[in-house]
Amino acid sequence: MTGAVVQVSNLRVRRGRREVLHDVSVSFPAGRVTGLFGPSGSGKSTLIRSIAGVQANVRGEIAVLGGEAGSKQVRRELGYMTQTPSVYEDLTVFENLNYFAAIRGAQLDGLIERVGLAGQAHQLVRDLSGGQRSRVSLTAALVGSPRLLLLDEPTVGLDPLLRRDLWKLFRALASEGSALLVSSHVLDEGRHCDQLILLRDGEVVAQLTPAELTARTGTDDLDEAFVRLIESRA
Amino acid sequence: MSSRRVFATARRVLNQLRHDPRTIAVMLLVPCVLETLLRLIFAHHLVSFDQVGAPLLAIFPLTTVFLVASIALLRERLGGTLERLLTTPLVKLELLFGYAFGFGALACVQALIASALTLGPLGLHVRGDSVLVVVLAMAVALLGMGLGLLASAFARSEYQVVQFLPLTIFPQFLLCGLLVPRQRMPSVLHAVSDVLPLSYAVDGMHHLTRSRGAPGALIADIAIVLVFAAAALLLGASTLRRRTT
Repeated sequence: MTGAVVQVSNLRVRRGRREVLHDVSVSFPAGRVTGLFGPSGSGKSTLIRSIAGVQANVRGEIAVLGGEAGSKQVRRELGYMTQTPSVYEDLTVFENLNYFAAIRGAQLDGLIERVGLAGQAHQLVRDLSGGQRSRVSLTAALVGSPRLLLLDEPTVGLDPLLRRDLWKLFRALASEGSALLVSSHVLDEGRHCDQLILLRDGEVVAQLTPAELTARTGTDDLDEAFVRLIESRA
Repeated sequence: MSSRRVFATARRVLNQLRHDPRTIAVMLLVPCVLETLLRLIFAHHLVSFDQVGAPLLAIFPLTTVFLVASIALLRERLGGTLERLLTTPLVKLELLFGYAFGFGALACVQALIASALTLGPLGLHVRGDSVLVVVLAMAVALLGMGLGLLASAFARSEYQVVQFLPLTIFPQFLLCGLLVPRQRMPSVLHAVSDVLPLSYAVDGMHHLTRSRGAPGALIADIAIVLVFAAAALLLGASTLRRRTT
């Protein structure tokens, strides 16, 4: 794909003696929401960590924003949300986000309101619910409007209304020009994405649009479509 | 290296402590309570109070900063914030300097309060410049941070990291010359104490209690403590890896 913000070619990752990603090649562009789907243990987090430049024992090529994964130039443009909330529990929401803004040299610019955390801004993160913590962690990745957002399961455990709002936010960020890679194990969320990367047992099953997936498998139900796709490969 | 990122980190570290006033209170009060207790124990041996009380002022920041630094850095590693920070423009050195300034400020306040009480109302007698007591305490605080950073690399839980305190600090405490002068130890132990940093901090305090001004020997002791601190920090920095399995 031309204009790819991230281009992963023949990526292999070992964890211990086991290879957890086998010859993975995917790419995604700016201005789009790319969904990374697959069951738990399929290698979603490892792929995201590899693109973020924090995964060890990586072979293959990963071009990110025209640079190398993890390089200084790329880190200026990257927002990364880890799977478990990675913010400081003993700081308030505002203090957390203010710190991430300071190290990026960015302003918060109403971001706290935009993610619906204004009411919690001065509460300690350890006093928040799991869903709210996860949203603080997500927001920390959005600070400074990075051109590339790698979000590892940002909607897990949230109520449906909030999930819908977050997907709206992801769409808005894409329309502002960012490239988003959003992972989830709930395939139904694929309908919010411009394109899907389906991962299973460390291999790419398919990279296609939701419409193409429906056309190829003859069903609107994304869960069912995933099953049919895997069965057709067997 | 960006001073903005260094000071943002120092402010963040201090903010974390600010939300835990009980820990701050314990840190600042315990040295005062212990020095007072010591003064009461040595009520009839004021010379001994000078000999033991002064080195203790250099030992407090080692244990305090070791504990807060090792736990704070362990939390950064286990909680995923370190991984996240290393995907931002922040570099390791900025993170370490940020921590050093944050904990340094804390150690400074602790040293000021403890030495004000000990040299004032408790009447500990120091011939040298009392400002140097605080300077030495700050150098020891940096050493505590370096050792804490190293300990955090070898621990998988907060239980484990706390166990590194008796492992790394107690032997130094026994051999530093506080209980038995180092010259009077068996030669093997004396040789071991020569390569332990706390020995030089305690030597420095002894110089301060015995002689006026800032003798070369004291400056050398402070410099040696700083070299050990730098070595521990560098070694610890090498354990902060961007790429992990």
